[in-house]
Amino acid sequence: MSFNNLDTLYRQVIMDHYKNPRNKGVLEDDSLTINMNNPTCGDRIQLTLQLEDGKVADAKFEGEGCSISMSSASMMTQAIKGKSTEDALKMGHIFSDMMQGKEYEDDIDLGDIEALQGVSQFPARIKCATLAWKAMEKGINEG
Amino acid sequence: MNAREIRQLFPILDQEVNGHPLVYLDSGATSQKPRQVIEAIEKYYREDNSNVHRGVHTLGTRATDGYEGAREKVRKFINAKSTEEIIFTRGTTTSLNTVAASYGKANLHEGDEIVISYMEHHSNIIPWQQLAKQTGATLKYLPLQEDGTISLEDVKATVTGQTKIVSVTLVSNVLGVINPIKDIAAIAHQNGAIMVVDGAQGTPHMKVDVQDLDCDFLGFSGHKMCGPTGIGVLYGKKQLLENMEPIEFGGEMIDFVGLYESTWKELPWKFEGGTPIIASAIGLGAAIDFLEEIGLNEIEAHEHKLAAYAMERLSEVEGMTIFGPKTANNRAGIVTFNLDDVHPHDVATVLDAEGIAVRAGHHCAQPLMKWLKQSATARASFYLYNTEEDIDKLTQGLIKTKEYFSDVF
Repeated sequence: MSFNNLDTLYRQVIMDHYKNPRNKGVLEDDSLTINMNNPTCGDRIQLTLQLEDGKVADAKFEGEGCSISMSSASMMTQAIKGKSTEDALKMGHIFSDMMQGKEYEDDIDLGDIEALQGVSQFPARIKCATLAWKAMEKGINEG
Repeated sequence: MNAREIRQLFPILDQEVNGHPLVYLDSGATSQKPRQVIEAIEKYYREDNSNVHRGVHTLGTRATDGYEGAREKVRKFINAKSTEEIIFTRGTTTSLNTVAASYGKANLHEGDEIVISYMEHHSNIIPWQQLAKQTGATLKYLPLQEDGTISLEDVKATVTGQTKIVSVTLVSNVLGVINPIKDIAAIAHQNGAIMVVDGAQGTPHMKVDVQDLDCDFLGFSGHKMCGPTGIGVLYGKKQLLENMEPIEFGGEMIDFVGLYESTWKELPWKFEGGTPIIASAIGLGAAIDFLEEIGLNEIEAHEHKLAAYAMERLSEVEGMTIFGPKTANNRAGIVTFNLDDVHPHDVATVLDAEGIAVRAGHHCAQPLMKWLKQSATARASFYLYNTEEDIDKLTQGLIKTKEYFSDVF
């Protein structure tokens, strides 16, 4: 593998989300809080969600981790904001398929998230990318 | 010793990873296995496989001789007085858990203290946390000095007449610090406590003499010392083991079984319930032969040299922070570091693209990570098959990593 292959992992848009994370912070009031960590590597995320009328009204995250986990969290919050909880969960499924290198549905616009496709070629890093998504799924399913 | 020649004895090291010759710098997680260990395990399964301590037949005798022969090799390796003091376990974790669950539960009460340090691996923390919860004992931590070492003054101040167990690692799996176990054991004994030693990162790399250290228990793992996974050792002083109850019951460990009462075998077998890990014990015996042929003192000196060289070379990389003592004095072959803004997982991925294997994460030492104020770190750990050339490649890989991320940012 050369550094050219690394470029499929570290895409410009991923680095942009890592350096300039969107929706960084904590929602106050009666928002839902989900804490999740990756016990094998120490990555940690706190996701806060504002769910209203079956929609994700707002989402923010705090955490510590590598470029892949933090950029994925940034992209995920960006993607689900304003979506119905049903669509947010659907995106979670699509993302999971994408990470496993499976064919995935493309009837929802994934935007920046597609940049994470290359992670599927780096099996050791898939857990980094899915952490924030698991937190989102847990929040919506239990919220 | 000649590391280049030794390297040839490890078949796995002769391969390319991602288009580059493999540079394996993760022996702290698990070591590679020399041909003679792999062959010993294969020979056992090809020629001698049978259950131990029961068959009257020839294979049964061979398997028993192989298994008990490995026990004698372990005894000699750590200079225990008798093979009665050598219990085969699944690894260091099981060894430490056995001490906590058997000795600990029987001897600790509310108000007693257990003393461990901030640099312990989770397997030398959680068994004691659980024991403290179950018995009402208090768990206390030895503080670390600024460079990550333990001072004997702090040991004297922390260990009291209330302390019943002191459990400290011989070598930190993160900082590479070699702890003064003999002195800590003396302080523990002066206060009436027993001394437990986590030897996982120690026994593969240096001569360990349990009588000289005067430790009461020592746990270590086969797979970190050129042996297979699934086998470890619990050494314990005979008079302590004799008074301890087994924690696993069933076949192999019994003397006589009645309908409502049973009695146990003699030491060490009363702690070895079930069919043991025979092939792995034989593999561990072969690993000990291998290490002793080269010489533990030679291995220690080689790794010490590599650690000093690595600290020198890595310091050349801009933005490098090396954790633990600033010099290689008293440091085993472990160098843990972080590279500026680049997260250790990203460092490890870029190095992997260059065929270099390092560990990234919390290294099963979350309290230590907290003490270091790091959520994760990268670690290069060396063994007898590593060379200065490996460290040169690591240094070049880290410079490339730095350049790569300054380009993409």
